[in-house]
Amino acid sequence: MKRVAALCILIALIGGMQGCSGRTDRSQGVYLLLDTSGAHAAEMNKAREVIYFLLRTLQPGDTLFVSRIDTVSFSEKNIVAEARFDQRPSVTNAQKRSFQKKIDVFLSSVSDNKYADIAGGILQAIESMNESRSGSKYILIFSDLEEEPSKGFGRDVPLALNGFHVVAFNMPQLRDNKYDPKTFLGRVEEWRQKTEKGGGQWRFIDDVERLEAILER
Amino acid sequence: MENWLSMTPYPLLSALIWLLLLFLAMYLARKPFHRSMSALGRVVYNSMRMAASSVKQAEKHLLARNREVLIYAGLKMTERKVEREFERISISIQRHLEGYPQIQRKLNEDLLRIEGDFKKSAIVSQSLPDWVKILDGVANIRPIGDRMVIHMLEQIHDTLTEQHKNAVELHRRDMAERHGILSRMVPFWHGVHKTLEGIEKAILNLNQRSKTIDRYMSEYEAIRAQTDMAQRQLSTSSLTQFLVSGLVLAVAAVGIIFNFNLVALPMSEIMGASNYLGVFRISDVGGWLIVILEIILGVFMMDTLRVTHFFDRIDSLEDSKRRIIFWILFAVLILMACFESALALVRDRMVADMQDLHQSISGSAIEASELASSSIPKIGQMIMAFILPIFLTFAAIPFESFVGASRTALGILAGWSLRIAAFVLRLLGNFGFYTGRLIVSIYDLAIFPALWLEGAIGQRFSRTKEENLQPSGVAASEQIVVLEAEPAAHPKGAIE
Repeated sequence: MKRVAALCILIALIGGMQGCSGRTDRSQGVYLLLDTSGAHAAEMNKAREVIYFLLRTLQPGDTLFVSRIDTVSFSEKNIVAEARFDQRPSVTNAQKRSFQKKIDVFLSSVSDNKYADIAGGILQAIESMNESRSGSKYILIFSDLEEEPSKGFGRDVPLALNGFHVVAFNMPQLRDNKYDPKTFLGRVEEWRQKTEKGGGQWRFIDDVERLEAILER
Repeated sequence: MENWLSMTPYPLLSALIWLLLLFLAMYLARKPFHRSMSALGRVVYNSMRMAASSVKQAEKHLLARNREVLIYAGLKMTERKVEREFERISISIQRHLEGYPQIQRKLNEDLLRIEGDFKKSAIVSQSLPDWVKILDGVANIRPIGDRMVIHMLEQIHDTLTEQHKNAVELHRRDMAERHGILSRMVPFWHGVHKTLEGIEKAILNLNQRSKTIDRYMSEYEAIRAQTDMAQRQLSTSSLTQFLVSGLVLAVAAVGIIFNFNLVALPMSEIMGASNYLGVFRISDVGGWLIVILEIILGVFMMDTLRVTHFFDRIDSLEDSKRRIIFWILFAVLILMACFESALALVRDRMVADMQDLHQSISGSAIEASELASSSIPKIGQMIMAFILPIFLTFAAIPFESFVGASRTALGILAGWSLRIAAFVLRLLGNFGFYTGRLIVSIYDLAIFPALWLEGAIGQRFSRTKEENLQPSGVAASEQIVVLEAEPAAHPKGAIE
């Protein structure tokens, strides 16, 4: 009888341990779409600030992509830097240093471009993020949200953003100095609807400090 | 409201009529109201008394149980003290009196040797032979001039002088020999003295121990007799232990948290920083596991040393086995302390690396100060990481005291709580009862004109009745149904 009881307890313990060991994926994946069209120095500094903030905030196991969206059509070549941070903090630190160098080189050589393929960038982001299997997925859009893809590229495909947080920065004067709040807010609303229609969560923020609260685990 | 007041053209009159009607209704409903209030008061009173009585019973049981626990703990403690004293006596006897037969033999040998030496020293050396006296008499004869006699006498004198000289020499040598024998006796005397002193000390020690055992035994007797004094002493001692061990445990808890912080970060380097077990990071779980393992090691070590008594199985092990287990545990503990020390070094490097990265990212590279670049903090962390696990092993001692004392302390606390609960319930019962009476009085006060009228009419009727019936009749007294008198200590139906 005692043996049966001991066996039952053992089975229960093993079952409990297996239940507990179901590892919760708390990793975060961040995909930053960088619109360098216009390429004002002040905006680029802000972009640098955002990327540095991400480097400081992201933890081992997280994923970070930075890509430019100022090309005719978005492709993997647009990815400026990407890293899936290792589980060991020391390796993560080395990866972050390498990432920082790549970003510095890129931002120092960025040039003006009239194209902006935001939808293409988001599609690529969805694909990359899904591959990364991060627990929480964020797509950050550093743009004035004005799309100018080249003609002939169909961008009216539905966005499968289920489980994604799409965060846009308030950058109304990226392309030129003519700031029309009505037009800008119209674009913001348009993207919000697109995101929510695709099942994602839309956030619109003014500065980096707000990002901290969004990325909080 | 306006409709009510529009009963007559005059609102005041309407209000007056409503008031009169209300008084009338109240007057008519007076008896049922009194009865229901009385019943309500009783219900509240009795139920609260019942509840209080149950709580009292529970308190009584709890107090009895507390007493049992306290007495048991006291008996156990005293038994342990007596046991310890016996162990000490055993050690003392082993140390001082185990070789008593050898000591006695040595004493006998020393005494025999002293006796022999004494006898030897008592032998008187041979004095001058008797004929010397005759020769001395001859030598003292006055020379009468005969040459031959003179020569003979001179020869006798020389011989005598020679003999005397030899005798003195011999005497001196004998004396020196006797002194030598006596001086050889001194170390034996000292030896005997020392042996006797040792025995005296051992016996004194035994005497003291036996007195201590006597004291413990009288304490034990007092506890067994369950005297109030013994119970009070045990209770006070238990509460003191509870507080002191609680305080020490709080300090140990701070040490545990500090230890965990030293270990947690480097553990992420070993176990990965992004794996989670439920809501906890696996590296944190690993860190806690190390700290808890060290505490468990401490508990086992203290048990093997018989400082604490958590596990009877360990307590009842043979001494040799216990000793082996202790050394194994101690080795593991030292290994873990070394491991923690290494982790502290890794932590220091990781923190420096992270700071470096953050400074590089934020672009605010600061020149490291002399203190930051020195190895003192690093060494300090390593030493702390080595010492803390060893320190935490001692947490088992206050932990045992705390667990033991908390039974008594919680029992006392629960007893107080029950006593307060019983008091509050009684208070509520009385409050309910007297509130009922107060409501009845206020009710009567509200309809006092009707009561006054009833009294006046009743008086007139009774007077008429008296006149008709003559003096034999007893005056009908006013029968106003009032809420029964105060339930005093035991109202009907109340349960104590």
